[in-house]
Amino acid sequence: MNAETTPLLQVNDLSIGFGDQPPIITDVNFSIDRGETLALVGESGSGKTITCRSLLRVLPRSAVIHSGTAVFNPKASAPVDLFSLSEKELRDVRGDRISMIFQEPMHSLSPLHRIGHQVAEVLTLHRGHSRASAKVKVIEKFRRVGFVDPERAFAAYPFELSGGMRQRAMIAMAMIARPELLIADEPTTALDVTTQAQVLELIKGLQEETGMAVIFVTHDLGVVANIADEVCVLRKGRVMESGPTDIVIGAPAHGYTKKLLAAAPAIPHSAEPSAARPVVDPILQLEGINKTFVSRAGTFFGKNREVQAVKNVSLTVERGKTFAIVGESGSGKSTVANIALGATQADAGGAIRYWATKGALPVDVAHLDTSERRAFQREAQMVFQDPFSSLSPRMQIIDILTEPLRIHGIGTRKEQKERAAELLEKVGLDKNMLRRFPHAFSGGQRQRLSIARALALNPSLLVCDEPTSALDLSVQMQVLELLEEIRDDFGLSYLFISHDLAVVARIADEVAVMRQGQIVEQAAPDVLFTAPRHPYTKALIAACLEADVSQKINLQTVALGAGDPHTWPEAYAMQGSSLPPLVETEPGHLVRVNP
Amino acid sequence: MTVLPNNHYVDDAPYDPDEDIKSLDRPDLDAPSWLLIWRKFKRHKLGLWSGIFLLVAYLSLPFVGFLVPYTPNERNADHLYAAPQMVRLFHEGSFIGPYVYPITAEADLENFRWNYVQDRENPARLEYFCEGDDYNFLGVFRADTHLFCAPEGATVFLWGADRLGRDIFSRIFYGAQLSLTVGLIGITVSFILGITIGGLAGYFGGRTDWGVQRVIEVLRSLPELPLWLALSAAVPSHWGPVAVFFVISIILGLLDWPGLARAVRSKFLALREEEFVRAAEMMGAKPNRIIRKHLLPNFASHLIASAMLSIPAMILGETALSFLGLGLRAPAVSWGVMLNDAQNLASIEIYPWTAIPMLPVIVVVLAFNFLGDGLRDSLDPYSDH
Repeated sequence: MNAETTPLLQVNDLSIGFGDQPPIITDVNFSIDRGETLALVGESGSGKTITCRSLLRVLPRSAVIHSGTAVFNPKASAPVDLFSLSEKELRDVRGDRISMIFQEPMHSLSPLHRIGHQVAEVLTLHRGHSRASAKVKVIEKFRRVGFVDPERAFAAYPFELSGGMRQRAMIAMAMIARPELLIADEPTTALDVTTQAQVLELIKGLQEETGMAVIFVTHDLGVVANIADEVCVLRKGRVMESGPTDIVIGAPAHGYTKKLLAAAPAIPHSAEPSAARPVVDPILQLEGINKTFVSRAGTFFGKNREVQAVKNVSLTVERGKTFAIVGESGSGKSTVANIALGATQADAGGAIRYWATKGALPVDVAHLDTSERRAFQREAQMVFQDPFSSLSPRMQIIDILTEPLRIHGIGTRKEQKERAAELLEKVGLDKNMLRRFPHAFSGGQRQRLSIARALALNPSLLVCDEPTSALDLSVQMQVLELLEEIRDDFGLSYLFISHDLAVVARIADEVAVMRQGQIVEQAAPDVLFTAPRHPYTKALIAACLEADVSQKINLQTVALGAGDPHTWPEAYAMQGSSLPPLVETEPGHLVRVNP
Repeated sequence: MTVLPNNHYVDDAPYDPDEDIKSLDRPDLDAPSWLLIWRKFKRHKLGLWSGIFLLVAYLSLPFVGFLVPYTPNERNADHLYAAPQMVRLFHEGSFIGPYVYPITAEADLENFRWNYVQDRENPARLEYFCEGDDYNFLGVFRADTHLFCAPEGATVFLWGADRLGRDIFSRIFYGAQLSLTVGLIGITVSFILGITIGGLAGYFGGRTDWGVQRVIEVLRSLPELPLWLALSAAVPSHWGPVAVFFVISIILGLLDWPGLARAVRSKFLALREEEFVRAAEMMGAKPNRIIRKHLLPNFASHLIASAMLSIPAMILGETALSFLGLGLRAPAVSWGVMLNDAQNLASIEIYPWTAIPMLPVIVVVLAFNFLGDGLRDSLDPYSDH
């Protein structure tokens, strides 16, 4: 065989283990051709990251490669087995012939060095460039990856850039030596959806220009459908299914792939918009809420800086329904959730009203006295985002579940215990788990426990702050189903916060899209998804990647809507420092637009 | 393995799409955290052995009087500055059990020093459970039985004798009673202050935090040794050894808390952001309950580790003060007091064994450091590998 027909990288029978424990990667095989994109797909614990890191031998210290070969076949030299190279030989491959980008760009760039110098280092190390000629090349590359002012970016420190821009800098660093293989380990997971779409497009464009191959590690089948030629589905360190993307995604043969595809949330493409009805039985209402955060100055006597996180937000949650707030990081959606529960004090001026029962007099959540506050805390509970930090590692499940009852002094010990067992069964867990500790549970199970704790006091309102964002796809679906089920069983009302329109599409009765602290569009989900008006909503919908090979991203829509609010079409654009008013364009459909 | 056309590979192993959500994901982590910490700590051999050593050392403190042949202030006027005696087993080729050679002092009038001559003819076999000087057993009863002692007419100075002819070996054991416990009392004082003040600063933040931070900075900027000296010079000289001992340990504790307060404060700040604490707040738990039930259990282990690492500082502090003559004073016996005798360069040169009390100081300080390190490394039992 000649070099043109052999794959660029062929991995055979790879097995990796920690210490003397049983292997966590077993018999993994895959290969990648020049110019091709291979996606390694899997959920947490599937071993996808370990697999790709083993190629450059950047593994945790106790990990051992038990067996396997990884034959790398560069253009200029003879094929080599990456696993049998010496450290010194491997250094010549790393960053030069094969380079890597990581999930969290903040952690992969040194905070003490200017970005330009970090990127130029690759050239001075591997290619023997002088500093001046390296700088010219780096600036050229920065322009290519989309920096508006590459000269300025060259001199910037990592903390001066946003997440997306940092990831672009990482890509520039990885690309500068024109590698033949780029390993991208979840490069877009930490980014907002609109930024993700743009970064994916950038990687694709660069790949076409340079003809490099890309190994793309991800948990997101939407990303796979959009970018990969070949897919390799991993589960618990084993390959479940692999092959060309259109076949694996289009006609999956393995049960696991099918399950993953079924669990991928999707935005409905066509639905009959239902007629809007006025809210007759509200449970929670926010009116004209503003929140300004004062960031403390570094010195005792220094001046404080103010940031307005929420601007004039009004919304009404109907009893027994789900009101969803969607927005990217920094949109102020979590602040709204905290204000709604009285955990954060809003600025003076707005009102938060809570109706305990239909037709009752509303209480003002911002100004509760002690007994009202205790009553409200029993009525309204929160489900948190991170299932690993929301349960105390030192408490047994029974203590976690009975803690709310004890705080409010409800029931005897025995009754509390019975209640805990009952709650566990409600969320689909077994009551013999009462004496277990939270760390024995998986993320999905822990999120169920967190929901069970929120239910302990029989609340009527649950505020869910991104309850599924930290979970795997298949688990996310189960938790959403559970949330729907308990909502209908107990007549709960939800204020549901998410960054993912597709998740919300399933559960919400009303959706508000937030951007920079303001609601830009609000409607029932079928109206919002089928007939979005606002450019930002359109961008969010367009940036949602679906596990469907025939649907590709419309990047123009994304770039337009996700850009600076000043650049939106005139009717929607920001004038000076304020957006147009929120007007009802048709019954039940609110848009920030100049009438 | 199935390979379909188009290079399409499908795994054949049985697969159950509805995996039981009722089964445990990580059964190995299903244990209270102290057990997980212990499992991890057990693998830290150096820390484990240091811990065992310290445990044995502390447990034997009440029995010191029984374990050693002499009482701390028992003078032996015929054996001033006696050299260490070796315990031997074989005499002229035959096994006669542990014995020592009796020694007699000879004055070297040219160099003004004592020389000791061994009587190699008459090996003196050690006696066991023999009667010696009175001591307080467990601090309650008088007793006079010693584990071992020399027979009539001989002496057993394993590590030599000091300028008054007192057995250094026995005195080191007695000294441990004070030197080891000074750390415990000091750390208790420092703990109470550190946790309270650090906890207040961490929980309330803002101005309280700012104030506490500045106080800590001021305290930390004071030069330690002169401060110790000033404080202990203020202890009235007519107070008894026990009173002085308590005052010294409290002084050490009073000056040690800032480090601990900082650790508590930063841990508090980190834990406050954890969602389980916010969850408790939103359920309506009062600050007191949040601190006791949710915050304290989660950093108790960190506190224990930092305590282990600060006890050596206390022991060294006591040693330094007593060495300078400003800490404990005779007739109290501590390692620092003993080293006070070794201040004189001449005596170290001629009688180097007077400096032996340095060894237990070094050993104990190292042991605490190893133990503390081992604990600190085991504190996060949930991280993998």
